Amino acid sequence: MRKIDQQIRGKLHGIELLLLACSAGGFKVLFDILKALPGNLAIGVLVIIHRNAKYETNIEVSMTAKCDIPIKVAEEKELIKPPMVYFAPPGYHLLVEPDHSISLDISEPVNFCRPSIDVTMQSVADVYGPSTIAILLSGANQDGAQGMTAIQQAGGVCIVQDPECAEIKTMPEAAIALGAVDIILTNEELVTFCKELNKHILTRN
Amino acid sequence: MSISFENLEKLIDLVNNVHGFDLNGYSRASLKRRVSRIMDLFHLDFTDIKDNLVNTPGFFNMFLIEVTVNVTEMFRDPTFFIALREEVLPYLATFPYIKVWSAGCSTGEEVYSLVIVLKKQGLYDRSFIYGTDINHNVLEKAKQGIIDLKKMKEYSDNYMQTQADDSFSEYYTARYDAATIHHDLRKNVLFSIHNLVSDGVFNEFQLITCRNVLIYFNPPLQQHVLTLLYESLALFGFLCLGARETLRSDKLKDKFRLVNKKQNIYQKIA
Repeated sequence: MRKIDQQIRGKLHGIELLLLACSAGGFKVLFDILKALPGNLAIGVLVIIHRNAKYETNIEVSMTAKCDIPIKVAEEKELIKPPMVYFAPPGYHLLVEPDHSISLDISEPVNFCRPSIDVTMQSVADVYGPSTIAILLSGANQDGAQGMTAIQQAGGVCIVQDPECAEIKTMPEAAIALGAVDIILTNEELVTFCKELNKHILTRN
Repeated sequence: MSISFENLEKLIDLVNNVHGFDLNGYSRASLKRRVSRIMDLFHLDFTDIKDNLVNTPGFFNMFLIEVTVNVTEMFRDPTFFIALREEVLPYLATFPYIKVWSAGCSTGEEVYSLVIVLKKQGLYDRSFIYGTDINHNVLEKAKQGIIDLKKMKEYSDNYMQTQADDSFSEYYTARYDAATIHHDLRKNVLFSIHNLVSDGVFNEFQLITCRNVLIYFNPPLQQHVLTLLYESLALFGFLCLGARETLRSDKLKDKFRLVNKKQNIYQKIA
């Protein structure tokens, strides 16, 4: 699998949205990625994680204190504006409107999940199309594989965590099995990539 | 199969022209997803779906059921029902009668949950609960008060989490694989059609719940519906929205007292 080559660099220029998705075993690497993102990131970031809506979690709050980039829970019909990381609230699917505002949706779980990664990825592919980068991390089910396919078909950039680095490789492997991946990165490479993300987006190669 | 945003607009116009049903204020992202799902389910392309909407009797009704989200539970968000019992009902108990409106009630699970809470607090006999939805079929289901027994297990867990001191099974009769809500719980209840987009105020209420309905509307329609709900409330009546929904405008915020921030419960004060 290729790394960040000239063609990928070309696609990264003009990107408008980063989507991060993880499930079981992915929180630590997600945290490392969020810590690496610059405080003046030129694009908005959506985060979809699987967590149980019945229990209170304050991942957003605990991460905010340690990250340069601001982090919040996505609010209903809020506009996606950089620099900001928006977490999908537990118990709701997160969709994106054509005007780049966020819609929450409480319809049936998909892949037993709400929020479902597939649902948000499909919606992001519909709206942002080729201006999307998606990063799929560790997880114990196949949510995200179909969504990565949608983003790839829309011309976006699909990055998958190297299954060898993932605590649970089911999710990254499912996307790779569908061929819905442009680059596979190790944890260190993911962190470096995110640290330099502004450079990738803003520099024309 | 997937419908483009462009074709979605054409479909919205068609539904309005042919069936007089206005989907214009609905969230496009959700609508796109639901319509694409119908196309997948019935193997229809854009031309087929247009053709069916115009020419196939009954298709529009099915379309409406699939397009609107009818996911509901009894005692969804147990902490909401705790807040209702502890912060709202003591206040409502001082009223001579209590009229309740569950707006967008779907198959009625929330209506019956409200009935159970009112009954537990000894308020049911002077209460009347209206459940409304845009959809005839879901209302018929709501009227029957018959729920899949498997689902009742999950609802029973929810009920326990409301810190109730009795058993959920006291409120229904289980037969084969279905549970029937006790007749007594259905007598002060009325289900009827009401469209939040096009219909107006039809009564004055002491309590209105409209949870997870506004999220499917765009901000202007949300504003319209919130005004309708405000106008339907008696002074000092209560409004309950879904956990992630808001009153939107400052103008409306000034007319309500925030009762419980986390559960999104408001009291009309002006």
